[in-house]
Amino acid sequence: MTDISTDILVVGGGAAGLSAAAEAASCGADVLIVEGDLRLGGQLVKQTHKFFGSRDEYAGTRGYKIADILLDEIRENEGKVKALTNTTVTGYYIEDKTFTAMRGEDSCARIKARRTIVATGASERLIPFPNNDLPGVYGAGAVQTLMNVYGVTPGRRVLMVGAGNIGLIVSYQMTQAGVEVAAVVEAMPKIGGYWVHAAKIRRLGIPILLRHSVKEALGERVVEGAVIMELDDKFNPTGLERTIECDVICLAVGLSPTTEILSHAGCRMRYVPELCGSVAERDRTMRTSNPDFWSAGDAMGIEEASAAMVEGRIAGLCAADSLGLPAKMEKLDEYWARLNRLRAGEVGAKIRSGIGKVSRDEWEV
Amino acid sequence: MGGAKKEVIVCRCEEITIDEIREWIDRGCDTINELKRILRVGMGPCQGRGCHDIILRELSRWLGTPIDQIEAGTVRPPVKPIKTGLLASEGGEPAWSGKTGQTS
Repeated sequence: MTDISTDILVVGGGAAGLSAAAEAASCGADVLIVEGDLRLGGQLVKQTHKFFGSRDEYAGTRGYKIADILLDEIRENEGKVKALTNTTVTGYYIEDKTFTAMRGEDSCARIKARRTIVATGASERLIPFPNNDLPGVYGAGAVQTLMNVYGVTPGRRVLMVGAGNIGLIVSYQMTQAGVEVAAVVEAMPKIGGYWVHAAKIRRLGIPILLRHSVKEALGERVVEGAVIMELDDKFNPTGLERTIECDVICLAVGLSPTTEILSHAGCRMRYVPELCGSVAERDRTMRTSNPDFWSAGDAMGIEEASAAMVEGRIAGLCAADSLGLPAKMEKLDEYWARLNRLRAGEVGAKIRSGIGKVSRDEWEV
Repeated sequence: MGGAKKEVIVCRCEEITIDEIREWIDRGCDTINELKRILRVGMGPCQGRGCHDIILRELSRWLGTPIDQIEAGTVRPPVKPIKTGLLASEGGEPAWSGKTGQTS
């Protein structure tokens, strides 16, 4: 078995992980990124839309170009950052302070790291309904990968479930790819995503049906349609139903943080509904209760890529600082100012409340 | 359409339905860990990434306990399936090159 060692291990090469790696390398740390996918960039590589937020987080730039910018920055730190793609960190064994990793399915390695930044992102949430295992029921992220990375459309006519940003953006992108979107249903009484995304698909004539959800998928061997139902204020069916003809049901009903490695490391976790799952307690440096572990991005609570990139910067900076490297710690205040701007106002209220539940000023010894 | 009751699969890896989960919660298996031992929910290739949250919500609804107070299940390595042959061969061949893949 191969043994690998590094100053800083970054688990996950998406928005948060690449930002963390770039920052830590700029402080002089040797960084190893381990990424399960075949290429770096995470969800950024399939974001064909322009980002919002502020210029610090590349507002106005399309997501896949942001991935290229981060990779260029990493290359500037000649030789400091190595990356293993098609490689999954499969576990952390706290008694030996050792990670195991698997490349493809045919080789394993042990990894020792002085510090670790977990940037494992999120997985798609699913909802239970009859026939939900028929081919043609997809997660919206999977559809986005199929279309924008592999150039394959998911089907002919789609029912989109969920009017958050992912549901709205993927609906628009499917239309761009020539796929018909029959309707977007949303259980809540209001649109969850930005109105500018909603307006784009309304202008295309796609109905957004609030207080509606999918009741069941129709079809014998593949999806041939869907029954949708109206819901009341308590999300109970009103009895009003109708059938939509479609060959794809696309679920954009949220994400859950991916946190297994943090659990293996004994990091203190807590389920926070506002952050969409079980997440690690963290201090202002994005360090967890295990002093060798930092974390950033969706693994710390579901939010936007913009916030994930700033959190990654913080984790990379502070992990490098903890190694005694010349980290410019005055940047920490600037990064927090950026995060606070991203989380300001009504839109950020839920995130602020969730983060308040897992923030620690200091760790008891 | 109509006729036989349609199944609602919660754990796609192990093909466990929502009715089975409700039945076993009803019989007193009211933690994630007990349900895993009885039904193998969340013990397949995805290790619960698809079903864990659905089961938490079922438990919350059934017990009348807020979801953030439901006892979390145990999380153990590995996070995805590893071939036993690979483990038996001490990590497989060939050994990873010293340069640890491409420099990004």
